[in-house]
Amino acid sequence: MVLYNMIYFDKVSKIYNSGKSIALEDVSFEIAPKEFVSIVGHSGAGKTTLLKMLIAEDQPSHGQVFYESLDIHRIPRSRLPHFRRKIGTVFQDFKLLPHKTAYENIAFAMEANGRHDSEIEENVPQALELVDLEDKAWNFPHELSGGEKQRVAIARAIVNQPDIIIADEPTGNLDPIATYEVVQILRKINDLGTTVIMTTHNKGVIDELGRRVITMDEGRIVRDDAEGRYVL
Amino acid sequence: MRAGFVGFWRNAFISFTSIIVMVVALFVIASTLFNSYSLESALADFQDRVDINLYFVVDAKPETIDALKSEIEALPEVASVELTTREQALQEFRERHKDDELILQGLEQLGENPLGASLAIRARETQQYEGISNFLNERQSKETVGTPLIDRVNYQKNKDAINRLTDLINTERRQNEIISLLLILVAAFVMFNTVKLAIYNSREEIAVMRLVGASNYYITMPFVIVGVMQGLIAGVLVLLLLYPVLIWDETLFYPFPFFNDASVQAFLFDYFITEFATIFVVIVGGGVLISAISSFLAVRKYLYV
Repeated sequence: MVLYNMIYFDKVSKIYNSGKSIALEDVSFEIAPKEFVSIVGHSGAGKTTLLKMLIAEDQPSHGQVFYESLDIHRIPRSRLPHFRRKIGTVFQDFKLLPHKTAYENIAFAMEANGRHDSEIEENVPQALELVDLEDKAWNFPHELSGGEKQRVAIARAIVNQPDIIIADEPTGNLDPIATYEVVQILRKINDLGTTVIMTTHNKGVIDELGRRVITMDEGRIVRDDAEGRYVL
Repeated sequence: MRAGFVGFWRNAFISFTSIIVMVVALFVIASTLFNSYSLESALADFQDRVDINLYFVVDAKPETIDALKSEIEALPEVASVELTTREQALQEFRERHKDDELILQGLEQLGENPLGASLAIRARETQQYEGISNFLNERQSKETVGTPLIDRVNYQKNKDAINRLTDLINTERRQNEIISLLLILVAAFVMFNTVKLAIYNSREEIAVMRLVGASNYYITMPFVIVGVMQGLIAGVLVLLLLYPVLIWDETLFYPFPFFNDASVQAFLFDYFITEFATIFVVIVGGGVLISAISSFLAVRKYLYV
């Protein structure tokens, strides 16, 4: 078992439309530092809601979410940006800024964190190298393939050296080869010491990873396996 | 700061349309400014023409006339007292009837000056004429015992006209205030909505900035700077536009048609030149302020979903 927890969900429920639809029901789990956790489940099982709680995009109806000893939903709004810098996010639809090049998209995340220009010039090429896109640095998002866009998004997520990477269906829009590349990069990031939390539909990805898997169904955790396989 | 300038140029088309809308809105604000200024000067002009005339008896002594004059001048309501001596009255009378041989002959035959001296009294406010008139009437009634000094006071005759004018002035002023306020509100609202629409286009970008942990300040500032620049450019454009428009036809801004006579030509243009600093502050400052506040509020909206 883990010695201390990085993330701790304590009996979290989320109810939308004043009780009519339950997105999360009494969810409790822990995530230790440097874990690679996959969350699987059908659409509407509550995976995305869970991630939203983690980056304080959404408030739980009941229960608490802790990051280290910090209750995430008690952080004042003005401190939220500061908190979010500890977490890098990757989405199914990439969310790159269309008018910025790959390099600028990554540099922008550093600028937004108030990093110095010299740091940016040093770290952005490193991040691009990690995702193997040095040669596409000056291309705009519409000139990149889906897999390349997602790799830019991952580079952007890691460039500020966050403690956690949250990836919501990172391979949802990608073909099998791009999917493989993206998962390899996430695994590499995890090997370098960053906690990775990923939601996915992709059975192949889960089975190939052989890491912890949390299975969700209708807002509840139905399985939590240390070396899980995709069973639904 | 830099991001603000870059944002301004990258969204040149949206910036351009926002500026056009702002120019129109600020132009409306400018026209209410001119409108109320011409109304005020028209009203001041009318008020200037209102007075009470006090006519002395023919044999009133100049010393007593002077004494009464200084007494009236000492009243707090009185703005000015103008004395017309018997000689001046006669001269004016002659001047007025210089084409009327009969009257002039009659005057010659009379041999002496039949006209008394008179005082033209002006109050500071039209409402104060009543009080001044009462004071004069009191004086008059006291004097009837000894040798009369005051022949007559013409206030009663003018009273209705003065009252009506006072009412008209007050209603007109109030109406103008309400209309100006409404127009300014509408203009500000239109500007606010334009800015909001422009920023609506950037909501994705704002969401991404938020996700990468940009501080609220970092996200908001570029938009506010764009807003300030747009307001500044729109304000300066309006001022540049007003200059030729005022030269071309300033009657566009007059509130009443009858105000349009030769004696008042180009007074708005003079106002524009002499009060340029005030107008600059109102138009450019107003533009910058409304636009910056709108940007700020609009970004806030997408900052906290």
